[in-house]
Amino acid sequence: MKFAIAVYSPPHAPASRRALRFAEAVLAGGHEIVRLFFYQDGVHNACNSIVAPQDEIDFAGEWVRFIASRQLDSVVCIAAALRRGVLNQEEAERHERTAACINPPWELSGLGQLHDAIQSADRLVCFGGH
Amino acid sequence: MPKSLLVVSRQAPWSGLAAREALDLVLAGGAYDLPLGMLFLDDGVFQLQDNQQAAAVEQKNLSANLQALPLFGVEAIFVCSRSLQERGLPESSLSLPASVLDAPQIRQLFERYDQMITL
Repeated sequence: MKFAIAVYSPPHAPASRRALRFAEAVLAGGHEIVRLFFYQDGVHNACNSIVAPQDEIDFAGEWVRFIASRQLDSVVCIAAALRRGVLNQEEAERHERTAACINPPWELSGLGQLHDAIQSADRLVCFGGH
Repeated sequence: MPKSLLVVSRQAPWSGLAAREALDLVLAGGAYDLPLGMLFLDDGVFQLQDNQQAAAVEQKNLSANLQALPLFGVEAIFVCSRSLQERGLPESSLSLPASVLDAPQIRQLFERYDQMITL
């Protein structure tokens, strides 16, 4: 089965951890993830400047390792990310900001990517939100 | 046949980004001509009140963007009658043409759409 997974909560929220474990279970179960889409405060999961305390699990780090190792299509909503200061190098330069905190495999793109994922997936599963 | 999507908006316009970001999601889908519906539930019904003074809380008014829904081809707009009643809001105060639904009708609505997102 093809899954689209949307994450609306930051890495310190329980919903983000559940999304990560669900995504791992999807692949372990032999299913496919057509896209991970990060919206609202979920854009913070893509931020590479998060420093987790040494005795805690670094969920932002776990996300990026999971996405890179499984070569998943992972899109961060660009409008939501800009509002929250989650920029890649290109956007940092465009808006004259000193720090970028997003690198590949994360990709900044528009909400159309979420609609596109919904259309190609059998199931949309959302984590976080209201 | 594209899959249909119902976006459920549950937050007041002054409570942060959720209302705006739910609307952005719907408008983005409308631009792709997708079959979309939007349901205003719980505090989300406050978004439809007319004569909002967003500037008083130093915010941009969401109403103009909401009015764009039909222009983007999103005409399936629903409001929860119980959410209106609980907040003392009359149906006549709605700033958009919307279908006011009771609980059984909302249950049917959920079944009618292929996918759902609550923000």
